[in-house]
Amino acid sequence: MSASELTPPAANDWDPEALDTDEMILQMGPQHPATHGVLRVELRTDGEVVNAARPHIGYLHRCFEKHCENVDYPGVMPYADRMDYVAAMGNTLGFALAVEKLAGIEVSPYVNTVRVIMAELQRIASHCVAVGTYTMDIGAFTPFLHLLRDREKVLDLFEWTCGARLLYNYNWVGGVSHDLPDGFGRAARDLLREFDAITIPELIDLIIGNKIFIKRLAGVGVCSPELGISYDLTGPNLRGSGIPRDLRKDAPYCGYESYDFEVALGEGRFGPLGSCFDRNWVRVVEMRESSRILHQALDRLEKMERTDVHEKVPKRVKVPKGEVYFRSEAPRGQLGYYVVSDGKANPYRVKVKSPCFTAMSVFHHLARGMMIADIVALIGSLDIVLGEIDR
Amino acid sequence: MEPKAIHEKLIGEFGDKVLSVDLEAASPFAVVATEAIADVASFCKDDPDLAFDNLMCLSGVDYPGEDPPRMEVVYHLLSYTHHHTFALKVHTPRENPAVPTVEGIWGVANFHERECWDMFGIAFTGHSDLRRILLPDDWEGFPLRKDWEDPEYYNGMHVKPTEQMAERALAGEQIGVGPFDFDPPNAHVEKE
Amino acid sequence: MSQVKGLIQSRFPDGLVFSTADQVINWGRKNSLWSMTFGLACCAIEMMAAGGTRYDWDRFGVIPRATPRQSDLMIVAGTVTLKMATRVKRLYEQMAEPKYVISMGSCANNGGPYWRQGYHVLKGVDEVIPVDVYVPGCPPRPEALLYGIMKLQERIQEDRVLRKRGATVGSLAGATLDGTTDEEAAG
Repeated sequence: MSASELTPPAANDWDPEALDTDEMILQMGPQHPATHGVLRVELRTDGEVVNAARPHIGYLHRCFEKHCENVDYPGVMPYADRMDYVAAMGNTLGFALAVEKLAGIEVSPYVNTVRVIMAELQRIASHCVAVGTYTMDIGAFTPFLHLLRDREKVLDLFEWTCGARLLYNYNWVGGVSHDLPDGFGRAARDLLREFDAITIPELIDLIIGNKIFIKRLAGVGVCSPELGISYDLTGPNLRGSGIPRDLRKDAPYCGYESYDFEVALGEGRFGPLGSCFDRNWVRVVEMRESSRILHQALDRLEKMERTDVHEKVPKRVKVPKGEVYFRSEAPRGQLGYYVVSDGKANPYRVKVKSPCFTAMSVFHHLARGMMIADIVALIGSLDIVLGEIDR
Repeated sequence: MEPKAIHEKLIGEFGDKVLSVDLEAASPFAVVATEAIADVASFCKDDPDLAFDNLMCLSGVDYPGEDPPRMEVVYHLLSYTHHHTFALKVHTPRENPAVPTVEGIWGVANFHERECWDMFGIAFTGHSDLRRILLPDDWEGFPLRKDWEDPEYYNGMHVKPTEQMAERALAGEQIGVGPFDFDPPNAHVEKE
Repeated sequence: MSQVKGLIQSRFPDGLVFSTADQVINWGRKNSLWSMTFGLACCAIEMMAAGGTRYDWDRFGVIPRATPRQSDLMIVAGTVTLKMATRVKRLYEQMAEPKYVISMGSCANNGGPYWRQGYHVLKGVDEVIPVDVYVPGCPPRPEALLYGIMKLQERIQEDRVLRKRGATVGSLAGATLDGTTDEEAAG
């Protein structure tokens, strides 16, 4: 090394305007602890500020729609489970209802009540994972463990009923796979009692009311209602922007019209309406409302006449030629199944409109101008599950 | 609005561009001329009586068995203000299928149309960024077409399940360890 | 340590134990397997549950690390697609020796339920990386994953670290760097 290379630069060489700063292209994922699955986000950043973000999906494309064409209608159920694997009950429920609408099968009120109970329990479990992993992304590790502990109690109920913890193949075309065991009502009420008395107040106290949480999330990733509707944001994401649309009220199925519950809405209490904080708040309130629906359903269950859950399950599912688009309120939003049947044993075409797929389509809009750490907060607030996006 | 009234409104505005309709289907739909879909979609969104401000789903379907063989693109629309739904369909030939984009009308169509291109090969003319979304960029072929055959390899990795395994499974042989072929881990523990 | 036979043990007052270097090194390695969080699909949720409070892999010494540079265990949990396979291989190569791989779930074992029509699913992660333990299930229960980790710990205890020069340290014990086996190398 020569002497000239060792001399420090002159004082006036430190002019910031003269520094060569380019945009940096940063790849986030597909293996990343905070991307909720195999998502790759390509960021163009100017220092810490993101100028553009481009999501790349498809790292979990498991050919669901091709499989549907090659198996019969009941055989689609295990594959449907595995799409949104965090909330598997909702997927099979949507498909079962779509095929039942096409085939003209009507199930008994008892089966409908069982379906509602399972769907709402699954909503609680799914939101536990969503809020838990979200707080972990923000930086608080403990709420994740607390909520996972509560989720395990819900999974215990599922395992008691149908044998599986995560992927159940529970909702069948024409019924459900297993009837509720004796004592289920009491066990579920015990769970809800603990949930209402401890989990929700603890969650609101420690996390939602937490100053750090509010400062990190309020005002970040604000999605206006028009943008949300145009980009087909649904479920808690849209309700976080203040739009009171919930399929359980607008286009009810399974007897939801007879239950008394409120639609959770974002309030914009700590910043502009439609921020990450509002979406998260909607999920917490939805857990509380799910608990309300569950209490009503469990009360109903005792007075109701129990029917055989396999009564309307056909030996061979015969669906007449036709097509239907059926939408249901999954924990992540509007899950739509477009089923085309040509009268044969296998479906001709099944297209799934997954709520997370459309949530990713608005991502590049919301991500402009935020810091890299806020990208993590944004991804978590949209509550994406890559199995559903990529199918 | 009832589907019949929606259909009449569309005929009133576009006349013979609305080719056919099925109001008895579980999800009523109208078939629209392919070149007019962007105008029809725009009308559906802007007209105050229809107000279809949300595109619920955009799907491609392949009908090689129909006469003439065709591919369809199905648009399921929803109105948040009037709470009604309707579906539009366009037909396009299986060779070089092309449909005008509706990306400017509903922002979500960007992703949906990319997926349709990826799976079926339907080109959406006017799309800002028509490239593959789910499959890798160097993938060849369009898998959801009815005449799709799995290739043997992709970049050195097996795509088709190895023939031997598939043949054996289809012949009824049990592949892999059957139930309780082995001793469970605590078999040596004495039962109390 | 309990497999050590014929060596002096507990002949001296507490606090003095005899063993071999291999035993001690392997004991240290197997009880602090830092795993790379490589959750891909549904099995990732069961892996998270295995890390949660009810099944708790921390008592086995397993701590999830986000980066391959700091981990010695890669639990491939979930379906590996063809698009992801190159990244799996790259991440495996970025890990430092000794490194181990657990293939969790049937999708990672052999393609799982997607084996027949899955045109985009890799039929088993062992097409791109060498696997030490296969944990079957769809998804495997968290206890099954813990059993797989225990089986891997048994395998690690038998690793040759200082005993045989030329033998690869880490996964696929018995294989040497130039491809010959232990028996061939022994002559």
